[in-house]
Amino acid sequence: MLAETPPSEALDHLAALYRRMLLIRRVEEESARGYAEGKIGGFLHLYIGQEAVAVGAMAALGPDDYVITTYRDHGVALAKGMPARALLAELFGKVTGCSKGLGGSMHMFDHEHHMLGGYGIVGGHIPLASGFAFASKYRGDGKVTLCFFGEGAVSIGGFHEGVGLAALWKLPVVFVCENNEYSMGTPLSRSMSLEDVSLKALGYGMDRDRFFADDVLEVERRIGEAVRRAREQNSPTLVEVRTYRFRGHSMSDPAKYRTQAELEEHKKRDPLARARALLVERGLGEGSLAELEGSVEAEVTDAVKFATESPEPGLDVLEETTYKGPFAY
Amino acid sequence: MTRTLRFREALREAMVEEMERDERVFLMGEEVGHYQGAYKVSEGMLEKFGPRRVIDTPIAEAGFAGVGIGAAMVGLRPIVEFMTWNFSAVAFDQILNNAAKVRQMSGGQLECPIVFRGPNASARQVGSQHSQAMEHFYAHVPGLKVIAPAFPADAKGLLKSAIRDDNPVLVMESETLYGVKGDVPDGEHLVPLGEAQVVRPGNDVTIAAYSRMTHVALEAAAALEATGVSAEVVDLRSLRPLDEGTLVASVERTHRLVVVHEGWPYGGVGAEIADRVQRLAFDALDAPILRVSTLDVPMPYSAALEQACIPQPGRVVRAVQRILGARR
Repeated sequence: MLAETPPSEALDHLAALYRRMLLIRRVEEESARGYAEGKIGGFLHLYIGQEAVAVGAMAALGPDDYVITTYRDHGVALAKGMPARALLAELFGKVTGCSKGLGGSMHMFDHEHHMLGGYGIVGGHIPLASGFAFASKYRGDGKVTLCFFGEGAVSIGGFHEGVGLAALWKLPVVFVCENNEYSMGTPLSRSMSLEDVSLKALGYGMDRDRFFADDVLEVERRIGEAVRRAREQNSPTLVEVRTYRFRGHSMSDPAKYRTQAELEEHKKRDPLARARALLVERGLGEGSLAELEGSVEAEVTDAVKFATESPEPGLDVLEETTYKGPFAY
Repeated sequence: MTRTLRFREALREAMVEEMERDERVFLMGEEVGHYQGAYKVSEGMLEKFGPRRVIDTPIAEAGFAGVGIGAAMVGLRPIVEFMTWNFSAVAFDQILNNAAKVRQMSGGQLECPIVFRGPNASARQVGSQHSQAMEHFYAHVPGLKVIAPAFPADAKGLLKSAIRDDNPVLVMESETLYGVKGDVPDGEHLVPLGEAQVVRPGNDVTIAAYSRMTHVALEAAAALEATGVSAEVVDLRSLRPLDEGTLVASVERTHRLVVVHEGWPYGGVGAEIADRVQRLAFDALDAPILRVSTLDVPMPYSAALEQACIPQPGRVVRAVQRILGARR
């Protein structure tokens, strides 16, 4: 949003961002519950604490722009517009899920909203992002690609090859490193020789940025600058967004590698609470806030019900989703 | 009407025709442009199509394979050249986890119409890291298609079909075949994926092969003819999908099968064929199915040892004689 936006529009905009962040938080809480109840299997990597990154970044994008991310993908998918029903049904392994129950938590895809997936191999999706951007430049379609990954991905070759090619070919892509301080249980200090991830851009002659994700509007503004560079100048940027996950790496992780005091310190900076406080400060009334939060609650309740009641996929989906056309055996 | 073309020229014609036909098709790889192709397959294409559609890449197979896959996912139809398939090993994750799976992981929402191509298996004395037969690894993977032509006409017709296919297709060429000449039909020439071809009819034994080994099989069949043995040679052309119908029909006539391929004997295409044929034509078989493959060691540099490791016509002849002996 531009600085000269009228106050009422600015308030509506912030309310929309807060609503999306709250939706992610609540969906993730329901996911944790579903996992505990055995409705969700496999791995489950929650986005709680990082909501401002996906929501702020997506606010800087158009609906036709492309997004791709890692296995911690629920927040990014919801922020890009995937309905909560499709996401929860996928987690519950149902045929009504975004990927017909074939992908699960780590593989959220929504072609209609140009959410081109969550990927389970660290760094392996980064060259794909450069490929989307390559196609945009090839066609001249004006689209920008946003590629999310954790700081843990910065050590692997896929990052360097994907980022290096984007810089070499001047592709319209923004690389968003969500630095949540731990790659699984390993802190940045034990996995990288630099403390500042964004410095990696220098070796590729790329623009860079680095900031905290406490304020969703600040995320939108800063990512927005990188998106403009990509769209107007075909110039990629590496953006390090510093954030923190409030839960473990996955559901099986008790997070013993960090102290309770550290966690509590970060929770005081919860971007969701901050957005809510800002809304109140800027004059959103009690009634409007309650209405907004109630509508999120209703949406989540509906999505859980939908996911629970949906049928499981049948064997018939297997072959048709492996090959287009006749099965190649 | 036909023309005589070298294998590399046939591949080039396929790419040029498809790029002229479809703006979404482009070629990307190491040295494909200014250098005119490491093996001159893409010679002249940069001049014809310009740097937008003939793209030189740095030495970053995982990177440019991934760029190709990403571009395919959003609607382009890339041809990605590996200087050799050996180098695809560092892009294996891209092919295995992204190209082969994105359709499945997205519940069928996304497609990946991409061609990966390049020379495969042994060349001449290039050592263990540059001599591998990679098709066995890739044919194992659902979501991929793998083809391995032996003649210029098939190289052209299969590559054109591969470019038009909506799935990832891997084209296994051979450095030692690029200069081989053959007749190629004029005009639009498409060969469908998944159809083997009997390239030499015979009665006593079937020899199944593909890529350069089809020529080895034909040499062996000629040698066998001189000893009074009539061998039928089936050129598989396509490994996944595999034309088991043509194989079974041949074995039902000859009652014996020898499979010849480069690459190691543990598992692989030969083992797959042996499994299928014994299941589908058990009653027709008069002898065990034998495989003639590269010896089960990394490829040596020594010229003599290398030739000893790679399947030769003599080894194929001996395998045939062994199972014909089972008749007597």
